[in-house]
Amino acid sequence: MADIRSDFVGIKSPNPFWLASAPPTDKAYNVVRAFKAGWGGVVWKTLGEEGPPVVNVNGPRYGAIWGPDRRLIGLNNIELITDRDLQVNLQEIKQVKRDWPDRALVVSLMVPCVEEAWKAILPVVEDTGADGIELNFGCPHGMSERGMGAAVGQVPEYVEMVVRWCKQNTRMPVITKLTPNISDIRNPARAAHAGGTDAVSLINTINSITSVNLDSFSPEPSIDGKGTHGGYCGPAVKPIAMNMVAEIARDQQTRGLPISAIGGITTWRDAAEFMALGAGTAQVCTAAMTYGFKIVEEMIEGLKNWMDEKGHSTLDDFIGRAVPNVTDWQYLNLNYVAKARINQDACIKCGRCHIACEDTSHQAITHMVDGARHFEVIEAECVGCNLCVNVCPVEGCITMEPLAVGALDQRTGLWVDSAYANWTTHPNNPSARQAAE
Amino acid sequence: MMAEGQLKQGIAAGRLAPGQYTANFTDLHPPLTQHEAVVEADRCYFCYDAPCMQACPTSIDIPLFIRQIATGNPLGAAKTIFDQNILGGMCARVCPTETLCEEVCVREVAEGKPVQIGRLQRYATDEAMNRNKQFYERSGSTGRRIAVVGAGPAGLAAAHRLAIYGHDVTIFEAKPKPGGLNEYGIAAYKATDDFAQAEVDYVTDVGGIAIDYDKALGRDFSLDELTANFDAVFLGMGLAGVNALRAEGEEAFGVHDAVDFIAQLRQSNDLSQLPIGRRVVVIGGGMTAIDAAIQSKLLGAEQVTICYRRGKEHMNASEFEQDLAAAKGVSIRHWLQPRRVITEGGAVRGIEVEYTQLVDERLVGTGMTETLEADQVFKAIGQSFESAPLNGSGDAIETEGGRIKVDSEGRTSHLKVWAGGDCVSDAREDLTVAAVAAGRDAAESINRALTSNGRA
Repeated sequence: MADIRSDFVGIKSPNPFWLASAPPTDKAYNVVRAFKAGWGGVVWKTLGEEGPPVVNVNGPRYGAIWGPDRRLIGLNNIELITDRDLQVNLQEIKQVKRDWPDRALVVSLMVPCVEEAWKAILPVVEDTGADGIELNFGCPHGMSERGMGAAVGQVPEYVEMVVRWCKQNTRMPVITKLTPNISDIRNPARAAHAGGTDAVSLINTINSITSVNLDSFSPEPSIDGKGTHGGYCGPAVKPIAMNMVAEIARDQQTRGLPISAIGGITTWRDAAEFMALGAGTAQVCTAAMTYGFKIVEEMIEGLKNWMDEKGHSTLDDFIGRAVPNVTDWQYLNLNYVAKARINQDACIKCGRCHIACEDTSHQAITHMVDGARHFEVIEAECVGCNLCVNVCPVEGCITMEPLAVGALDQRTGLWVDSAYANWTTHPNNPSARQAAE
Repeated sequence: MMAEGQLKQGIAAGRLAPGQYTANFTDLHPPLTQHEAVVEADRCYFCYDAPCMQACPTSIDIPLFIRQIATGNPLGAAKTIFDQNILGGMCARVCPTETLCEEVCVREVAEGKPVQIGRLQRYATDEAMNRNKQFYERSGSTGRRIAVVGAGPAGLAAAHRLAIYGHDVTIFEAKPKPGGLNEYGIAAYKATDDFAQAEVDYVTDVGGIAIDYDKALGRDFSLDELTANFDAVFLGMGLAGVNALRAEGEEAFGVHDAVDFIAQLRQSNDLSQLPIGRRVVVIGGGMTAIDAAIQSKLLGAEQVTICYRRGKEHMNASEFEQDLAAAKGVSIRHWLQPRRVITEGGAVRGIEVEYTQLVDERLVGTGMTETLEADQVFKAIGQSFESAPLNGSGDAIETEGGRIKVDSEGRTSHLKVWAGGDCVSDAREDLTVAAVAAGRDAAESINRALTSNGRA
């Protein structure tokens, strides 16, 4: 039976599924319910400095997009950090950690960008017995207008500076949470690394407007007729988050830096994919906010089941296994040739592959053969783009079949070469680097 | 619990508890809610050159209207439907979708669960009709006058299209109400809430259509008069005759035409006053037989049996209709033909049926008989065209196979006369939707004939 215990920068948890810093981890009541449900850890919703707490809007805080059956695909929020008293939070954290010693309890923090503020909060958090801290450099709304959250995360120098202050002023492991609202995620990750962070977590939410009310012309969520860019999360952001995790995992400067993945993780499979891209733990928020804490049961059992099937006995057996396979476009093998193939037994003749290819791509799929409705790939036209596979409503009906070495590519008239050859050496590349001479 | 009236002998009214009638005759397929419609619409794959569209006799752009529903534009969806089929509301209710669009839906082929096209069509058309949203405006008057005989699906479709083109249409209707079979011939649970009349109002709201009721061809006016007084004539009078059983005792009390029974039921204001036999036998294998049988059951008949002289696979009623009948407690028996109605004191007591078989592709009686107890027998073995009113009153119009002969545009042998719907020989199955297509296409042909390149 697979062992899914996690040890992430010294923070131990019975499984790698943590609840991300957000409303589900706002107070002891929720966190205790989460631990009872089986969550391996939580990142307590972001604490601010001592003093009057922040206030939230008193209208809608969330906007969403849905599939046709109201399946929630993406969620955005304009909620701020905790609006509860600091001391109450600290007391609850201390009590919960004492009651649930085997679970990971990390505290998210966001205080002004001055060393004194960090020096003030770190000891009081340390005193709770919490396992670590997560620096909230990601919040894209409200707090960023006050010089915190994403306002720090978008400036690598600030990231490095604050991380360094924290490392100097606490013995707790430091996880730096990154904002995706930046042109290259590697820069703040490198800065956090340079500042001595123990790990990074990503992604925080993405600046977004979920919809516009076409009667009132207000963005949603609408507060008295006005809206602001909230942070987008949920299943829709997973591909963006995975790329950012992979970029950090494969970057020369940050390679090996522990990563706690966040971004649309809903099922065990999502978590496993992030972990294959180098993440040590998987943080979840939207899925829990959509379905409740019980989903962790599926995640735990699903992950174990897959690990057993594949023979992975511990998390370390597969964490990072996909990282070597993430590369730059220029290193992709241009001698690899694949063609779409339609399984006629599975084809239901909807014709979507045909019209997608005919209207928007390469005119490589028939719709009529010998007077009958028939969809078939014209190999001489097929560039292997995979669009037909993606628009086909029948899973597994259209597959991409690699041409064997030595086979003729009817489109190019060339024989498939066994050699690996990429753009860096391609004759069409004006700056092709010749093989070492 | 069995209602008291159910065991009353003979043909009697009030077999059910008072509240049961409404429950029994409620909408067969209740309308989809907005959310249900959007979810169902999402199941549509928006097929290229969609098979459903090919299967629709009126060629409605089904993938497009479903996509319009999915995007929250049901009125746009309704217009897409009405552009091809102005009676799309009724067709959504009565089309045997299981043998048309839904039969060829790729999801039917793939998983046995087609997109519910009929119900989606109803959702869209209901939206438009409930809001009385009219999509068409008449062109300026052409001054052309056109007579339409019969305010059924074919006549209404023709009239609407002709009115849009600016022609003035007069419909002559033999009955006191419009709608034809939509009003008189459809099972009550398929067109609840007086939908047929609401639809006629919606169609004629475009303007330029006058309906003259209780005016029957051959009785109140002649074809000669029409051709003399109008620029063109469209005949859409349907089938007035009912085929005979050709069985002994057919004239006994308790033997009825199923179409009359269905019409009577549709026109009844109080179903508890409508008498029905305790044991009913329906002779036939089409939709009329099914509708009569199911409604007999719903009125409280204890035992309802359909006898059809051929096998299940030969029945004109769709598989869905057969299953519906079975679910309502009707028993369908095959390879039985009527021989003799057994009477007692002039009233039906039973029917003697003979087993049949195919010998060299020919249906023959086996000589083996059986007697079924019955208080009431419905004849549903088809209707026929009565040509006497037509050709007794004007220039001879050529017929073929007992119905009016038309070309692909609906033109008859008379230069000024078009025809469509059940009364023509090539009636593409006797379906409402086919009649609508025929009326619409004939209207286009008339318009072309009366105008030059579509200009008056």
